[in-house]
Amino acid sequence: MRARNLTEKVMSGLFLVCGMISILAVLGISLYLIISGLPAIREIGLKSFLLGQVWQSTATDPKFGILPFILSSIAATFGAIIIGIPIGLLMSVFLSKIAGAKLSSVVRPAVDLLAGIPSVVYGLVGMIVLVPAVMSVFHLRSGSTLFAAIIVLAVMILPSIVSVSETALNAVPKKFEEASLALGATKIETIFKVSIPAARSGIAAGVVLGIGRAIGEAMAVIMVSGNVANMPKLFESVRFMTTAIVSEMSYASGLQRQALFSIGLVLFVFIMIINVILNKLLKGGNKNEA
Amino acid sequence: MKRVLSIALAAVLCIAAFAGCSSGSPATSAAPSASVSTATATLSGTVSTNGSTSMESVISALSEAFMEKYPKVTVTYDSTGSSAGITAASQGQADIGLSSRDLKTTETGLDTATIAIDGIAIIVNKSSKVTDLTLDQIAKLATGEITNWKEVGGADSPVVFVGREAGSGTRDGFESIVNVANKCKYTQELTSTGAVIQAVASNQNAFGYASLSAVGDTVTMLKVGGVACTKDNILNGTYKIQRDFNLITKQGTTLSPAAKAFIDYAKSKEAAPIIEKAGAFVK
Repeated sequence: MRARNLTEKVMSGLFLVCGMISILAVLGISLYLIISGLPAIREIGLKSFLLGQVWQSTATDPKFGILPFILSSIAATFGAIIIGIPIGLLMSVFLSKIAGAKLSSVVRPAVDLLAGIPSVVYGLVGMIVLVPAVMSVFHLRSGSTLFAAIIVLAVMILPSIVSVSETALNAVPKKFEEASLALGATKIETIFKVSIPAARSGIAAGVVLGIGRAIGEAMAVIMVSGNVANMPKLFESVRFMTTAIVSEMSYASGLQRQALFSIGLVLFVFIMIINVILNKLLKGGNKNEA
Repeated sequence: MKRVLSIALAAVLCIAAFAGCSSGSPATSAAPSASVSTATATLSGTVSTNGSTSMESVISALSEAFMEKYPKVTVTYDSTGSSAGITAASQGQADIGLSSRDLKTTETGLDTATIAIDGIAIIVNKSSKVTDLTLDQIAKLATGEITNWKEVGGADSPVVFVGREAGSGTRDGFESIVNVANKCKYTQELTSTGAVIQAVASNQNAFGYASLSAVGDTVTMLKVGGVACTKDNILNGTYKIQRDFNLITKQGTTLSPAAKAFIDYAKSKEAAPIIEKAGAFVK
């Protein structure tokens, strides 16, 4: 009897330790980013760092303005979301409500496979196939543009949106849909007016996952976006916050290195803000329902 | 039975996880008083090189030949860029830093050993009609003063300038010789010589710069002021856009015997034909 109690206590202690490890990891990363990112911001000045439009980190008179990176990351994420959400949502509706067993058994593994493809492979295919295609279709002088990066990101976030939304849609109680159909709504009306609103929080979770992946992607987009520190234009070469860090980290020293950490801090803050906003939206939605 | 099996499997997995940790210390226990005649037999360890992407073919060829000569030595190469290689050498993360440019005045505490000269080829897409440009025209194309190929004798199409990232030795060499440092308007900034060649090969409007040792027949090399980028023109100095391939080591640290032997080998007459075969030139 006492042995069983002891086992119980040991196991719950073990679970507590494992849970603590994840909290410690998040805290550790956040603290390290804040500590390493603040010195450069203090030296460069918060306003000229965040709002400066010129990034010349290796010039004799270096300038560290990261506004181009911030705007490019926002633009790419926004573009990827605009393409990714409708396609992803409709795909999950298809998988969850409309497709028969045979068809969904083909489509679902395809979507899962898409989720498993490494970012580098996306970048490679983008560089070899997408960039020349963009160049010839839009008659640009070079295909390595923000547009190519948006397409690549949209395809990368599709699996996250689809799988989470599909799970959410499957979890909608059948009686909601049956009640709607019984009241005379068509299947499509039911999907759009009953199922999707009911699965709202799950879909929003999928979208947050997608946004997180899009804003944090570095490897795939560095191969298709041209990597020049410009203000973002749809058909011009751009550099994101992530690719800015990747391009220069290996050899940076001194203030340049600290500035790169500060970019990491800004990226981190962005993701926190996005998470908070979406959590508020979810809570607000649930409150209305209750 | 099932429990025993699962515990055994878990133990095997744990042991396999430790297999990835190797000692990897370059300073092996080779006795310093080992006589020269037994050097070939006892030379062992790892030589870690890190840096220039342009030096890839030269370093691969040298490492292969060196490892054949001393079978117990392993030479590794991390392709990160000249500035990254110099940083790695000065911070002790690599035995030898590879740099395709000379050290700056701010990079102190380091020794340089030049092992080869390399030409920086100006490359254009195979479909381009341009075959010859002056240094001045190249400068204007790089800074964005000339925006259409028809101004220098090519087709009526926009100019796309593909270059390297800010820490690249090739970029440093190009920008300092053509005199466009801090004034270049890049359309793409890629992180390796190979990527630049690939980008120029796939875009008919593109031109860029890359190490001669890496250029194959996927792109066309331009003449600079009538001078082609060939071995003779580089060695006699008429092809102006050239730079040294350097091995960088930290001053004041004692290198492992293997690393020292590698540097001596690279500078020796034995290595000259190997370097030339890889595409660079020895004076």
